[in-house]
Amino acid sequence: MTAALEVRGLTTRFDTRGGAVTAVNDVSFSVEKGRILGLVGESGSGKSVTGFSIMGLIDAPGRISAGEVLVDGADLRALSDEEMRKMRGRKVGMVFQDPMMTLNPVLRVGDQMAMAVRVHRKMSKSAALDEARKALETVGIPSAVERLKAYPHQLSGGMRQRVAIAMALLHSPSVIIADEATTALDVSIQGQILAEVRELADKTGAAIVWITHDLAVVSSLVDDICVMYAGRIVERGTAEQVIGHPRHPYTKGLLDSIPSLHAPGTPLPQIPGSTPQLSRLPQGCPFRPRCPRATELCATPPPEVTVEGQTVLCHHPLERS
Amino acid sequence: MTDPILKIENVSKRFTRMPGLAERLVGKITGGGKPVVVHALTDVSLNVDRGEVLGIVGESGCGKSTLGRVVTGIYAPSDGRVTLNGKPVAREHGGNIDKLTTQVQMIHQDPFASLNPRMKVGETLAEGPRYHNIIPAGEVRARIRALLEKVGLEGAYADRLPHQFSGGQRQRVAIARALAMEPEVLVLDEAVASLDVSIQAQVLNLFMDLRRDLGLTALFISHDLSVVRHVCDRVAIMYLGRLVELAPADQLYADPKHPYTSALFASVPTIGTGKRVFEAIKGEIPSPINPPSGCAFHPRCPLAGPRCKVDVPRLTDAGAARTVACHLNDGGVGLREVAA
Repeated sequence: MTAALEVRGLTTRFDTRGGAVTAVNDVSFSVEKGRILGLVGESGSGKSVTGFSIMGLIDAPGRISAGEVLVDGADLRALSDEEMRKMRGRKVGMVFQDPMMTLNPVLRVGDQMAMAVRVHRKMSKSAALDEARKALETVGIPSAVERLKAYPHQLSGGMRQRVAIAMALLHSPSVIIADEATTALDVSIQGQILAEVRELADKTGAAIVWITHDLAVVSSLVDDICVMYAGRIVERGTAEQVIGHPRHPYTKGLLDSIPSLHAPGTPLPQIPGSTPQLSRLPQGCPFRPRCPRATELCATPPPEVTVEGQTVLCHHPLERS
Repeated sequence: MTDPILKIENVSKRFTRMPGLAERLVGKITGGGKPVVVHALTDVSLNVDRGEVLGIVGESGCGKSTLGRVVTGIYAPSDGRVTLNGKPVAREHGGNIDKLTTQVQMIHQDPFASLNPRMKVGETLAEGPRYHNIIPAGEVRARIRALLEKVGLEGAYADRLPHQFSGGQRQRVAIARALAMEPEVLVLDEAVASLDVSIQAQVLNLFMDLRRDLGLTALFISHDLSVVRHVCDRVAIMYLGRLVELAPADQLYADPKHPYTSALFASVPTIGTGKRVFEAIKGEIPSPINPPSGCAFHPRCPLAGPRCKVDVPRLTDAGAARTVACHLNDGGVGLREVAA
């Protein structure tokens, strides 16, 4: 069975005045139909650039310098700009953090959704509006017919994000990339949307890449997790493996620093230092200067070690507990 | 009985937007064009004891940031008063603040926005104490260096500009700036919300260390329930401008009394519990321009009864230093029960 989305050796570089910066470095993962993959990392880890690279949305001075992005087995990187544009929104959809940036503020919700339908499919506007209504109902928007007539500013933040998700669903894409899609929302609204996203994956069979910095969100939503650090995937496995038995010292450090796992008022285990600048990465393992397990060996590129489907990029992975 | 250092008494804050000329003209015909009033805070009373860290939790529009600003004296309350050691935090003149206490200091969410990018960090730290003569002029440099070291930075960093620091370091500078004024009370408004997880732990540890060393009193405003539980002694839950529940942190988390508090806990994703269905609160947060009648939470509350639509619940005693504003705790939700 081919995965809905397969990324192989994806490398994205930005040519800056200070030299080339590798924002995404040899990233590989795959997502099968109906599954949700959590792409987790802190700021600057390359998680968003990975999402943009999959969508073919990297502009100069950035460029994808190596790798393949296969959607239903077809390589998106082999497509021309024109062919890619036909693919975007139809086979792969994207949801961004800020729905106000996604939606056109001067068009009614229905008009812009109908437009998005008719870009890829020949149909009358009223038929397109009907498609839009169905998409809004799929994401749990009540009285969808009235919402179609609303302007984005007339909707709440949670409603707007639902509209953005509905737009990504219009053409039943094989792959949906959601970049911090609930980060800007209140917890009660986030809870509603996470429940709907889970249902969508099960119902529509779309493969979803859920990009976030929030480990608690991925731990309760996704099937598989990739942890990124300084442009690389440092750990990959099922959610149970990565959250329950992290093997990379960075993953372990991240999980340990979450307050809810410790008695109130006690000092939190912290990862020393701060995330490195991509233009000045240390030799070998990029996590080496902050890592409690680092040795001289870590100045050489870390090997990929896989045990029972859980892969880590580390010289000294933690034992499975 | 402990002695409350900060008293917030029946504070309300309304923001009024007057209609523009065009709206008034249209209003003459349609009957609209009236001032729009946002009820940001309604009748909030709270005491903060010396040495206590009080968490203020709620979703957007609940008034938690407005409360922080009223306590700092940046906003004058529409009703009620805020006193620090018995003295008002701000003196008001014609609706504007004209004298402000230096004893309450605020730490903001975004350290990229709260530090002047063109001012050396040392100057930023020295500006307040110098102006208010808090530190003798001859000692300023030495004190600034000591402060930077206290927040885990190097004294020599005083000569650097904000852009030379990472986000976590900037938030340390912001904390040092607040401490430089030797405040009685700190107000932290989402102070760790914009930081990465690994950096957030560093800043929380710093806060807990400072609290222990300096005996800080603080209002810790946050939407993050796990962070609040970790650093706060008591927690106040707010909804649409009102205080709905107030309890010691351990008790609140073990046994929430208000249906909103329970629902909030149920919607928060937690780590390590595996995949689950979120018991999401239904519906949207209503607008503070036109809050629902009775209990503001009633349209979303699974336990609401007829009384909740008409009767505003007051904060009532729920035992063990706890209060909750819910009819379930105050005679029941049915109309007949009120009459009885």
